Amino acid sequence: MKAKKATAASARKSAAAGIASIEELMAYAYALELEAAERYAEFADAMELHNNREVSGLFRKLARIEQRHAEQVLDEMGWTSPPETPHGGYKWEGFEAPETGDVTELHYLMQPYHALQIALHNEKRAHVFYGNLVKQASNAKVRKAAMEMEQEEAEHVRLIEEWIKRTPKPDADWSIDPDPPALAD
Amino acid sequence: MTAATTSATARATIPLTAADFKSDYKPIWCPGCGDFSVVSSFTRAFASLGLRPENTAVISGIGCSSRIPAYLTSYGFHGVHGRSLAAAAGLKLARPDLTVVVASGDGDGYSIGGNHFMHACRRNVDMTYVVMDNHVYGMTKGQPSPTTEPDWDSKLSPGGTGLRTFHPLVIALAAGANFVARGFSGDPKGTGELIAEAIKTPGFSFVEILSPCVTFRPEQREWRKAVREAPINTDDPARAARLIMTDDGFNIGILYRGHREPYYRKTDKAAKQPADLEKGFAI
Repeated sequence: MKAKKATAASARKSAAAGIASIEELMAYAYALELEAAERYAEFADAMELHNNREVSGLFRKLARIEQRHAEQVLDEMGWTSPPETPHGGYKWEGFEAPETGDVTELHYLMQPYHALQIALHNEKRAHVFYGNLVKQASNAKVRKAAMEMEQEEAEHVRLIEEWIKRTPKPDADWSIDPDPPALAD
Repeated sequence: MTAATTSATARATIPLTAADFKSDYKPIWCPGCGDFSVVSSFTRAFASLGLRPENTAVISGIGCSSRIPAYLTSYGFHGVHGRSLAAAAGLKLARPDLTVVVASGDGDGYSIGGNHFMHACRRNVDMTYVVMDNHVYGMTKGQPSPTTEPDWDSKLSPGGTGLRTFHPLVIALAAGANFVARGFSGDPKGTGELIAEAIKTPGFSFVEILSPCVTFRPEQREWRKAVREAPINTDDPARAARLIMTDDGFNIGILYRGHREPYYRKTDKAAKQPADLEKGFAI
């Protein structure tokens, strides 16, 4: 089976166009951060089981950061409990929320540099999500709030880029395993 | 009603979330495996249908995908290679009140359990069969499976097997499955909805999930870019067969939903009991 083109995800209608109130926007923001936190925690568990403690620790840290962002959304809105999920669930442009990491990007020998690249990609997607919302929002209040969120995500992108600069780049042969999982002969 | 039964009844009416269906065991799969997301699809489906762990059973065979029952809070049975459908059918017929879901992979389900697959479709017992297809035997180090492409070159199949691939969805349709769908593990929400629809549909429901094996088939990461919504959702098996036979394997969604009456155990009171039958053999 050879992959061709087209994606169900890209063909989906943008969630951004349908957001009509600040409450709805912030519910999306909460879900976006929470899903990211949950996925990073799953990544941390997966790496821990493969004894890659350094990367596991980093994913755990990213999960805590995203969890804090989700809690900030609740605080800002004065919500004492998470917002109710809309009927039919959140409608993202892709299969999942824009800050949620792709499961298939993991590798058991990956290094912190790779984990940060995943985080950078996710933050950039979140930035684009809010950018689209700024362009498409029909409501001035939503547009203004989305602009603030877009700036916040731009700051997150900058912070991750700084973090990457301080992180050693892996050698070209980082994925070579002297005792690989595949049979050699 | 005692206080204990009152609180048990109250607990049974509290809706469960997807997280409630996750067990405390951390999945042991290669980092990057698509099966991680399938766990999430199962839990989403169970929560969305308002199922209860005590009324749900997940049965599996052998292979990476068959580890799933351990990662879910429900009844589970990690059975014999390729025989999960036989065990599940027995359970469903004995306990029709349970929601029975079967988890398998392309090796367990289409090769070792291939014959059970056809006859489970034919019998149409009310259960859902979820097969995580990655076109390779991952657990046993990368041998070609029935859905491996004929030209897939590897250390264990130099130059490829040259064998035609198995078409599970067409086989399911031809053998009589009442619901046929294809999902993608990278779309846990959409796949969860497919599993929920499969459970809701009476009879034998078959859901194939494209679930990349990043260890032995790293090129399958590209599946994310290839999948697209299926153009049809029909109750006409001929239309469904035409699409499935001619598509490139990346159409996802419900492809066929029929109206066949499921098979249930006959509860004929006039039927002979085992003790009566024994009498017939008495010397």
